[in-house]
Amino acid sequence: MSRRFSWFNATSLTLGFVFLYLPILILVAYSFNQSKLVTVWAGFSTKWYGELFQNQAFMDAAIVTLKVAVVSSTIATILGTMAAYVLVRLGRFKGRTLFSGMIYAPLVVPDVIVGLSLLLLFISLGMGRGVTTIVLAHATFSMCYVSVVVSSRLVSFDQSLEEAALDLGCTPWDAFRSVTLPIIAPAVISGWLLAFTLSLDDLVIASFVSGPSATTLPMKIFSQVRLGLSPEINALSTIMIAIVTVGVVSSSLLNKRATVRRLRQEQDALKQS
Amino acid sequence: MFNPRRLFLILVPYSWLFFLFLVPFGIVLKISLSDAALSIPPYTPQFDPEGGWAAIRELFSGFDLENFIWLSEDNLYWKAYLSSVWIALVSVLLTLLVGYPIAYAMARSSEEWRPTLLMLVILPFWTSFLIRVYAWIGILGSNGYLNQLLLWSGVIDEPLVILNTNWAVYIGIVYTYLPFMVLPIYATLEKLDGDLLEAAEDLGCSRFQAFWLVTVPLSRPGIIAGCFLVFIPVVGEFVIPSLLGGSKTLMIGKILWDEFFSNRDWPVASAVAVVLLLILIIPIILFQRQQQRAQEAEQ
Repeated sequence: MSRRFSWFNATSLTLGFVFLYLPILILVAYSFNQSKLVTVWAGFSTKWYGELFQNQAFMDAAIVTLKVAVVSSTIATILGTMAAYVLVRLGRFKGRTLFSGMIYAPLVVPDVIVGLSLLLLFISLGMGRGVTTIVLAHATFSMCYVSVVVSSRLVSFDQSLEEAALDLGCTPWDAFRSVTLPIIAPAVISGWLLAFTLSLDDLVIASFVSGPSATTLPMKIFSQVRLGLSPEINALSTIMIAIVTVGVVSSSLLNKRATVRRLRQEQDALKQS
Repeated sequence: MFNPRRLFLILVPYSWLFFLFLVPFGIVLKISLSDAALSIPPYTPQFDPEGGWAAIRELFSGFDLENFIWLSEDNLYWKAYLSSVWIALVSVLLTLLVGYPIAYAMARSSEEWRPTLLMLVILPFWTSFLIRVYAWIGILGSNGYLNQLLLWSGVIDEPLVILNTNWAVYIGIVYTYLPFMVLPIYATLEKLDGDLLEAAEDLGCSRFQAFWLVTVPLSRPGIIAGCFLVFIPVVGEFVIPSLLGGSKTLMIGKILWDEFFSNRDWPVASAVAVVLLLILIIPIILFQRQQQRAQEAEQ
């Protein structure tokens, strides 16, 4: 559907992207503000970045958050890939409906309910609350996102490749490792990345299931932001936005290059034959 | 056929979700039927696993619908549920009005531009939700950038009060949930056959008529999906009303949070959660059906 591209479309795209990006750009610009008053410009300065790195509470929270995100997204990727494989490849079994329901439900249940219910579980088991409980909670809801991403890839690829490997004498595990896994690898990686960002981003569930011993970065930011604007938060946001932007842009460029390379290899192969 | 590998594959993710997703809901339901108490944990009756059948019977005799009756009698909760649904509906409409033209223009742009435009729509989604909401506090406040601009340009004489009202909540929701509306609509518009529009215009439709009679009905699956994707999470939203909303902004996610953290009334918080889930079950089922139908239509 590419016909006329009118001034109307140009305007709505421009306004749309201004709406999406202007607030972030303002936030970034004012992180370099000299003044403690966030909304009053008083000259360029990077002092809030210095203050941020001096702030031990923020640094500790950042470390806790990264630890939780790495561990929980790895667990979520393993479990989510297994769940996707079960749903797409293993056919019918007793309780399949309940299983697929449990995969899709966490995607739509509000965070406050997931957080509350997990907290009540941990308390009734007598578990101490801290990093472990946040990891368990994040792994649980992230695995559902991973399994949705991976299963869409599993559905779309040719199952006869797996069957051929089995016919040629592979064990099921070998067939999975040397045929299936390389094919679904891009989906598994983007599933991991999604789980990682979901964990970095989560405030509500972490606030419920965490104890006084573990504060994540979103929890720290939220308690600070409730008191009002703070130039340190602007600086912290700018760092986080920069990391995400570099990550997303470079991964999409890598993707593009990999596609180009594959096309070229295919052409070379055609020439040789 | 018994196959240990197959059993292992099914059992691991199954039991994980069973114990960490389904069982916790059972506990919420149980506590919502209990009474608040000054103990640790702060509710009664407690289950004593040593007591056997007698303990179980005692446990059940201690259950009642008191918390739900309390919810239905207290106006605050009714108002909060209704206003959550109302805020979600208004937000869906506003997000649709803002998102549709963007999705439309993206689908109309040249093919080489589309991946970049898509990335630009998705990129904010990867940055922290909390930070994107925080950005609006600086813009909408009475000393904020918007008021500074309007006062400076002479449009207004006194700063507008937007922050801590429902308007700020709407703006925050439209801003953060926009990709959820744009992406499904774009997906349906991209597949739309341009020849249909030409045919409509050849047959005497004006441009607007062709848009209204051909494009909009054909993009309906995307519109419906987008509306559900915004509506369902917004009903239980907590961060946006607590940072941008005011004391008059009643949303059930915030009530649940306060009931739990400030009042420490776990049974009432659990009852609020149960009712919230009941409210969401209908739209969730409708959404699933619609998705299934869309998938079948594609095949």
